[in-house]
Amino acid sequence: MLIKIYNAYIIDPFTGKNGIADLIIDNGIIKTLVFKEKDIPHSDRSIKKTKSKEKANSIEIDATGLYIFPGLIDMHTHLREPGYEYKETIRTGTLAAIRGGFSSICCMANTFPVNDTPEVTYYILAKAKEEGSCDVYPVGAITKGLKGQELSEMVILKEAGCVAFSDDGMPVMNSLIMRRALEYSKVIGAPIISHCENMLLSEDGVMNEGKISFYLGLKGIPKASEEVMVARDIILSKHFKAPLHIAHISSKGSIDLIKRAKEEGVPVTAETCPHYFTLTENAVSGYNTNAKVNPPLKTEEDREAIKEALKSGVIDAIATDHAPHHIDEKKVPFQEAVNGISGLETAFSLSLKLVHAGVLTIAELIEKFTVNPAKILNIYKSGIKEGMDADLIVVDIKREWTVDKEKFISQGKNTPFNGWQLKGKILMAFKGKQVFDMRNE
Amino acid sequence: MKDLVSIKELSRRDIEEILNTTKAFKEVLGRDIKKVPTLRGKTAINLFFEPSTRTRTSFELAEKRLSLDVLNFSVSTSSVVKGETLYDTLKTIESYSVDYVIIRHFASGAAEFIANHTPASVINAGDGTNEHPTQALLDAFSILEVKGKLDNLKIAIVGDVIHSRVARSNLYLLSKFDTEIRFIGPSTLLPTEIPENVKFFYDLKEGLKNVDVVMLLRIQLERQKGAFIPSLKEYFHVWGVKKEAFRYLKQDAIIMHPGPMNRGVEISTEVADSPRSIILRQVTNGIATRMAVIYLLTPKE
Repeated sequence: MLIKIYNAYIIDPFTGKNGIADLIIDNGIIKTLVFKEKDIPHSDRSIKKTKSKEKANSIEIDATGLYIFPGLIDMHTHLREPGYEYKETIRTGTLAAIRGGFSSICCMANTFPVNDTPEVTYYILAKAKEEGSCDVYPVGAITKGLKGQELSEMVILKEAGCVAFSDDGMPVMNSLIMRRALEYSKVIGAPIISHCENMLLSEDGVMNEGKISFYLGLKGIPKASEEVMVARDIILSKHFKAPLHIAHISSKGSIDLIKRAKEEGVPVTAETCPHYFTLTENAVSGYNTNAKVNPPLKTEEDREAIKEALKSGVIDAIATDHAPHHIDEKKVPFQEAVNGISGLETAFSLSLKLVHAGVLTIAELIEKFTVNPAKILNIYKSGIKEGMDADLIVVDIKREWTVDKEKFISQGKNTPFNGWQLKGKILMAFKGKQVFDMRNE
Repeated sequence: MKDLVSIKELSRRDIEEILNTTKAFKEVLGRDIKKVPTLRGKTAINLFFEPSTRTRTSFELAEKRLSLDVLNFSVSTSSVVKGETLYDTLKTIESYSVDYVIIRHFASGAAEFIANHTPASVINAGDGTNEHPTQALLDAFSILEVKGKLDNLKIAIVGDVIHSRVARSNLYLLSKFDTEIRFIGPSTLLPTEIPENVKFFYDLKEGLKNVDVVMLLRIQLERQKGAFIPSLKEYFHVWGVKKEAFRYLKQDAIIMHPGPMNRGVEISTEVADSPRSIILRQVTNGIATRMAVIYLLTPKE
């Protein structure tokens, strides 16, 4: 299969090369990449229909006005397999990733059994190779069984293929264990990803504590629950000089702490998720279980702070925290509903709002979805380069589309964004020899 | 109106209509024959997922006075213990073609959940720590009877506000009238963000000054997982309404309690049994109020 793409505007933070180019992909490998005159202004217009000629064994695409980015990286996905295949499988999860523009995803360890042994890691990798559509990077458990008591065999897990360690969802409450995990992770060269939450402060809370929680009669989780753990982990990272990555930042207080830590040179990085800069706790009104997520959605003040932190670089990456669930698990009273949003298929378009609103440039946004997560995870990505495997997406950042959860490839239809009108759509994805064409969706 | 899920969604006019209808039913209850044939042939189910004696009996009596056929479904005798979801329980009950579902549930929002999934009229008999609308209505009716008005009143709600659905429903109801509302209690039992129209006091004496109505809340031992207060003894010492309160309360201030009360915790026996207490009047008015609410709702055809 020969694919020729003309006049696409390429933004590639891996190679640092941006500009209008023609591209030929031959049998999954980038054969030629020719940048044109740098000064041609990019039209940025929305294309109703991409012109393409298809012959038996070749496709030609006129990509004037379209962008090409390297395949996006999601540092925080729940693939649910093994153990919870009724929520999601590696097959459906990786396809959903591709539809959302992600060609690499990190799957969290809270499967059943937990990814705390190499056998589980091998299983995930084998399944991903066999049935998956994108690269899957397993995240191993920090502690055995996510119980927060004994460290899992991190070196063995790293050798098996884990790229990072996290007890996501089950924060390591014991500060001594966290200290040891951070120290030991230096040996391994894989970062610790911390879900910052003090379970004692959260108690059995189900949403952000404040006016709305009182109004709905729902038990609140104070912002302090996240912030005290962000503070603790930063202090541990500082004293023991170990890299720390903080997952799904949702509060202004956390950002202030991370900002100060970075200024002091503490080796800390952070991610947030689209729902934290798109929604506030108001989304819970009417007991909307699809807006139930952990950490809980916060206030306007936090939302603004997150946007600012993305701009200033205090937050390095945007991750989905894709948490697919079965419909029955959300069709219950709010406090009984499980936490999580099925995010892979909306994350990038939601994030493009930041570009349309002038918060980030398109190049800055792409960094948060590609080179920054790759750096944090120490995973090598070549970018869009001659002679390398194709790993790129074609995007029309102006095309409008309506989120329809029934069209999700993910088994998890749990989204608070159903029916939303979004601007910016992934039209095609190229991953090695695989070609995904979503132009007619 | 199909359901009564929350006071929030009622207008002042809706509330006045319910209170007027309550008055009419109270008259009926004063007669020799207390039963009216209004809803003969219709069925009500009392769906109780939380232990309750007074609210359930009050509803049951109200239903019977309206000539409804009554079913009682409580958690200890149901298949819920076998893992059935609320949705499936509801669908099962719906197959009996009931017209009115009176629900009490431990989860906030459960009544709204039910109302959204059934054509029957749903009445919230208390959902988690969210609302208990009929309690607020019967409280309003009782205040109206004694004070002759709901406007120009100062009302203090004392105690475990954060866990109280009664406090919330009363707050929403009284806020629709020209009232001053105060919360009194330890900071651990008050919301972290007090609603704008509420004044709060840690000091009981200061908070009760010039108040027309004192609403006491039960210290809900079953919802007290964390250490909210050091002990019941200390609570009574600081926030229990005792005889000495009569020294600084207004002469015509009335004492209310949604029951069941804990004597020696939020209220002393002298206060509970004093002529200023209208606690038993509240219980009596509960039946007429619930008759009025059921009567005014219309199930979807």
